Amino acid sequence: MNTMQDEHDHRRQHRPLTLVNARLIDPATGLDAFGGLLIENGVIADLGMHIMDGSVEGAESLDCGGRTVAPGLIDMMVFAGEPGHEHRETLATASRAAAAGGVTTMLVMPNTDPVIDDVALVDFILRRARDTALVQVHPMAAMTRDLKGEEMAEIGLLREAGAIAFTNGKTSVADAKLMRNVLSYAKDYDALVVHHLEDASLTQDGVMNEGEVATRLGLRGIPSAAETIVLERDIRLVELTGGRYHAGQISCRASLDVIRAAKAHGLPVTCGVSINHLTLNENDIGPYRTFFKMKPPLRTEEDRRAMVEGVANGDIDVIVSAHDPRGAEGKRRPFAEANDGAVGLETLLGAALRLYHNGEVTLHRLLEAMSANPARLLGLGGGRLAKGAPADLVLIDLEMPWTVEPEQLCSKSKNTPFDGARLEGRALVTFVAGRPVYHYG
Amino acid sequence: MRACLMLAARGLIQCPLMSIAAEAPTASFPHRHLLGIEGLSRAEITALLDLSEDAAKLGRQVNKKRDDLRGRTLINLFFEASTRTQSSFELAGKRLGADVMNMSIPTSSVKKGETLIDTAVTLNAMRPDLLVVRHHAAGAVELLSQKVDCSVINAGDGSHEHPTQALLDALTIRRHKTRIEGLIVAICGDILHSRVARSNILLLNTLGARVRVIAPSTLLGAGIERLGVEVYTSMQEGLKDVDVVMMLRLQRERMVSSLIPSQREYFHFYGLDYDKLARAKPDALIMHPGPMNRGVEIDSNVADDPRSVIREQVEMGVAVRIAVLQALARHLPNQ
Repeated sequence: MNTMQDEHDHRRQHRPLTLVNARLIDPATGLDAFGGLLIENGVIADLGMHIMDGSVEGAESLDCGGRTVAPGLIDMMVFAGEPGHEHRETLATASRAAAAGGVTTMLVMPNTDPVIDDVALVDFILRRARDTALVQVHPMAAMTRDLKGEEMAEIGLLREAGAIAFTNGKTSVADAKLMRNVLSYAKDYDALVVHHLEDASLTQDGVMNEGEVATRLGLRGIPSAAETIVLERDIRLVELTGGRYHAGQISCRASLDVIRAAKAHGLPVTCGVSINHLTLNENDIGPYRTFFKMKPPLRTEEDRRAMVEGVANGDIDVIVSAHDPRGAEGKRRPFAEANDGAVGLETLLGAALRLYHNGEVTLHRLLEAMSANPARLLGLGGGRLAKGAPADLVLIDLEMPWTVEPEQLCSKSKNTPFDGARLEGRALVTFVAGRPVYHYG
Repeated sequence: MRACLMLAARGLIQCPLMSIAAEAPTASFPHRHLLGIEGLSRAEITALLDLSEDAAKLGRQVNKKRDDLRGRTLINLFFEASTRTQSSFELAGKRLGADVMNMSIPTSSVKKGETLIDTAVTLNAMRPDLLVVRHHAAGAVELLSQKVDCSVINAGDGSHEHPTQALLDALTIRRHKTRIEGLIVAICGDILHSRVARSNILLLNTLGARVRVIAPSTLLGAGIERLGVEVYTSMQEGLKDVDVVMMLRLQRERMVSSLIPSQREYFHFYGLDYDKLARAKPDALIMHPGPMNRGVEIDSNVADDPRSVIREQVEMGVAVRIAVLQALARHLPNQ
């Protein structure tokens, strides 16, 4: 594995590049055809059957060998750790992990130290990303000051500074009136509100899904109602305000039902699910394995199936990695005392393809939930194969088998629940603005 | 009548009473109280404005004294602090020869547990002729008016109405633009809590202006569009081609209750500065009911711009209050 980031490569990419002999898949339009794609000045200049080796004079050519070229993935939930937790992850290391996973755009969460609730910090993230990151980075800003859920943050100024969406990080805003004001106020700036769903009073000291497994393990449970109650309240507030609302992650069938009903009412409501909740369940915790401890907690197999169904039929709009790097100091502890969170940027695509290979979700749907849909929600230019779109692309080998080896991960933290997992399919080359930022092997 | 006004306010029909405007102003104000703009006809408002115009002339003479209210008693009853409204009513009363008594919260019986009604009954026993009332609760002035024998003037009740402010605003506009009809007036800021905004929306609509309100969604108030206004959340869009920009005062409590995030954000998006003002007509009037928060809702230089008529509004405040007292004096029961 190596990452190509030296000046030489940058300069060389000013020459046009053609990706030929490729299966072009564009979930935004439903395109699935063999052909080629021309990259010029960082954007997709042309694509189609007529683009083949030597068809564009002076262009470099990359033979894709019939493998898939798709829009680079857009990950709406990454906890990068910079500023404040650089020992866990920096924008640079997270972006290397992203590139290795075929992720060309990542949204970083404001759970940093200090919290991203000020224009100066949005500016800091954008400049650090420009100087150190391999992929596109967009900061999400805190919707309440210091993420405390007490006072509204400067949503207008933050939006102008470049905050792409607003969130309260890993907590729900408990105060319904404040949540109403945030939704109402954010609407004036067409800002998307991405909310974590967890009623803190119901969670209390819960550490995993409430139910038989938790009871056997002697661990305190978190009922799925802790999630659905907040979601139901939020939907009422969306109805009241008309603000654009995205449930960051849902994890249970009841929440999916609420989302479906809200959509049927025509409300501006969307939702995401983490790759973990699509591919793992509470039983994976087994003998207190803390790498499977996360928020929301892994739920039952029935809930997992519901999540897969939701992605398959489009009720769930977005799949996120929920990449949350945690060091040994946070994970090598008794389960109840361990940190929540799992890294996921590098395994997102491979784990998602499990659902494709076992016939549960079409390739289109999977790619749509990881590129076209986030782009649409966030108003980004990427997430599609179209003339003029940014050349943020991923060349995917859908069949390649590989084993997840934590020490091989680019992320600074190795807390992956896919430790040792055999996955099928991965990113071979990742392009950001037309430049290859990652080559497999 | 009220239905007609409401329809007119919504811009659905022209008020048929407009033809009466030609009538002599003295005969055109049949009400005992002035509780709000709601319920006033176009003719009645025009009559008050015409009368105010005369009072404005009086205010610029060396001898400003008249004797319309000689022997009469006017009580200023202010349950909420006020500088300019109270002093302006006091001056108006004195110029008309009335005995004026000021009662404000710290000296009133309210602190001793007396109810609003008890206070009204007590005051009524002193046989005043005119009662000017400001209260923090919407509807309180009307309630009080039902319990006294004198004429009552609403000097502001909660977030409901402030009719003399709307009249003085209209007078100021009319003096500069010669008319109200057809003008585009933008009212900007904390619409939700503003009695000034409500009275102005009613009055300007009745006189045929096009009224816009501009505020963040959190400060607009539900269903505001049903009051006959065009609603904007962007100053840049809302101020386009307006003839009059009316700014409203922003109170600190709005930050505490998280209706807006901060003063600096508010000023950035909703404070009237030269950039935003450039969207309005070049000769647009700049108005503010006062007291201003310079650097919060209005840039200090804009407040002092030649187009600013903020000081003239204060002058017209006295004139309008003289006119209102004169109009009501004609209907005092023991005449």
